[in-house]
Amino acid sequence: MTRGLLHGPVLSACLLCLAAIPSLAASAPQRVVVAGSALTEIVYALGLEQRLVGVDTTSTFPESASALPNVGYLRSLVAEGVLSLHPDLLLAAGEAGPPTALKQIRAAQVPVERVETPYSREGVAAKIQAVARALVAVEQGEALIRRYAADWQHTDAALTARGQAPRVLFVLAHGSTLQVAGRATAADAVIRLAGALNAITEFEGYRPLTAESAVMIDPDVVLITTQGLATLGGNEALWKVPGLALTTAGKSRRLVAMEANYLLGFGPRLPQVVLDLSRQMGEAAP
Amino acid sequence: MSSWTQAEEPARPTSVFRSGHASRAGLGLLLSIAALAAVAVGPYSLKFDDLAAIAAQGLGLATDAPVSRQQLAVLVDLRLPRVLLAVLTGGGLGLAGAMMQGLFRNPLAEPGLLGVASGAAVGVAAAIVVLPRHIAPSLPFVELLQPLCAFGGALLATAAVYRLARQDGRTSLAIMLLAGIAINALAGALIGFLSYLSSDDQLRNLTFWNLGSLGRADWKTLAVLGLLVVPAGAALLSQAAALNVLLLGEAEAFHLGVDLKRVKALGITLSALIVGSLVSACGIIGFISLVAPHLVRLACGPDHRHVLPGSALCGALLLVLADMGARTLVAPAELPIGILTALLGTPFFLWLLKQRSAGGSLA
Repeated sequence: MTRGLLHGPVLSACLLCLAAIPSLAASAPQRVVVAGSALTEIVYALGLEQRLVGVDTTSTFPESASALPNVGYLRSLVAEGVLSLHPDLLLAAGEAGPPTALKQIRAAQVPVERVETPYSREGVAAKIQAVARALVAVEQGEALIRRYAADWQHTDAALTARGQAPRVLFVLAHGSTLQVAGRATAADAVIRLAGALNAITEFEGYRPLTAESAVMIDPDVVLITTQGLATLGGNEALWKVPGLALTTAGKSRRLVAMEANYLLGFGPRLPQVVLDLSRQMGEAAP
Repeated sequence: MSSWTQAEEPARPTSVFRSGHASRAGLGLLLSIAALAAVAVGPYSLKFDDLAAIAAQGLGLATDAPVSRQQLAVLVDLRLPRVLLAVLTGGGLGLAGAMMQGLFRNPLAEPGLLGVASGAAVGVAAAIVVLPRHIAPSLPFVELLQPLCAFGGALLATAAVYRLARQDGRTSLAIMLLAGIAINALAGALIGFLSYLSSDDQLRNLTFWNLGSLGRADWKTLAVLGLLVVPAGAALLSQAAALNVLLLGEAEAFHLGVDLKRVKALGITLSALIVGSLVSACGIIGFISLVAPHLVRLACGPDHRHVLPGSALCGALLLVLADMGARTLVAPAELPIGILTALLGTPFFLWLLKQRSAGGSLA
């Protein structure tokens, strides 16, 4: 449905308008600061990275993004820091803030483009479209969306023949307490896209994991970020977490670990992530 | 070689601050210089010419150097309110710390110890976690919710501590300190509960707020805070003589005709107001309220007519300098200022503790 919309009259109308107004094309922003890893990935995928003058701490892919001046964590942006890079556009993810900083940046006559889309394949397409429009690079945007759609075709084709969907528990390990992902989280969305089920349907967001609830939930697979696994101290340490060893996943040691930004970033690599996740879950099967 | 040793006179730390008045003037001068430097320095580079041109424009003089609106916005809307917020916050925290240390006749007393700061923190945490779910974020006064909740929390905590310490019409300072510890523990539990309830997003906001920052400074915040903090601070300053009498002991103060009940109630309520409103705007900024009064007492002795205003000036100076560091050290990003003050404050505090306990003057 969304694909139809993207190639449909709306986009064509936009393209026509842009082609008809050369002054708009001339005013394409040339010094862009990005706050949000997926947005940074999209700027690179559009081939417009030479316009980037700064990124936030979450923008770790591609690696060369880390070499750019860093304006700090996207939730605690500071107006003067961003303005010191003399941007003519701030591309900001939905989580970016605080609101005061964004207001101050707007007040200093730097346009702020908020890009907030749902955790879905259509959401990523909309994100690409929004970034391309903000950078006045509609042609590159069109090309990237075509590539993205083709990637999905490839993923969909590879995902067709499947057995019973495994029940997956996503474990977030930041500090000493482990948290697990319920509904309305990026982890929930990516698990479902990969043709699996989130083992938790009872609540939204993240909640601490208890030993007994882990046994009760009894997931077939445990999904974790490589960063989280490193925090815990590796595979063996994970299975020593109370309760986890007693689950179906624990008994057969079914564990999938993926880099956090790759797994949860919802950028243009989403079709690959989904395929990768689905394959790894298959390989983790006994 | 000989001339060099001749010039090197043994340093006398008190020579600069021979009297309280001189030290106050000295601190005021240092604060002015630091504040001017803080306005001139930042990640967004403004050359001296730009600053001069902006200043000239502000005075209504014609200049040939054009100033861009962005340069003006950075200086007037970002840096100026931020430096003023640092002055206000540092001053307020220093003053509240000096007041508490005076009231309790204990050099370790500070608003944090009495649960004021953590009470305010519970209010802010509640504002971050609970309120957005029930109150539309589009309300016109939504920015005021957080400071109001913080003041509410600070007042509740302070009132609870004060009530607990009141026995038979008298206030026991020892019980008050112990009650402060208990309220701090309760506040910790409440914040823990709120962070359990919070979503991942809210938890991260809570964490960053907890680290402290002056980055949210704008004229509106400054106006609201100024209206609360400046009158409360002035009222605290007027209690210097009473605090001096209190130094002699509660019984002596009573016989000398000091209305102890009133001094305590006033000092505690106003300190709660000051710390609560500052915490709501800037998060938790530790050690200023503890360190500033100590530095001032080292320089000019225990007379509260000098300690109270001196602590306000010294706190302001410390925070302006710390914020300059926070803004520029990792530019264009920024260090949380709470981390910076704690990193600098803790070693100093431990050194002070060592010095004092060696001298046997630690109450």
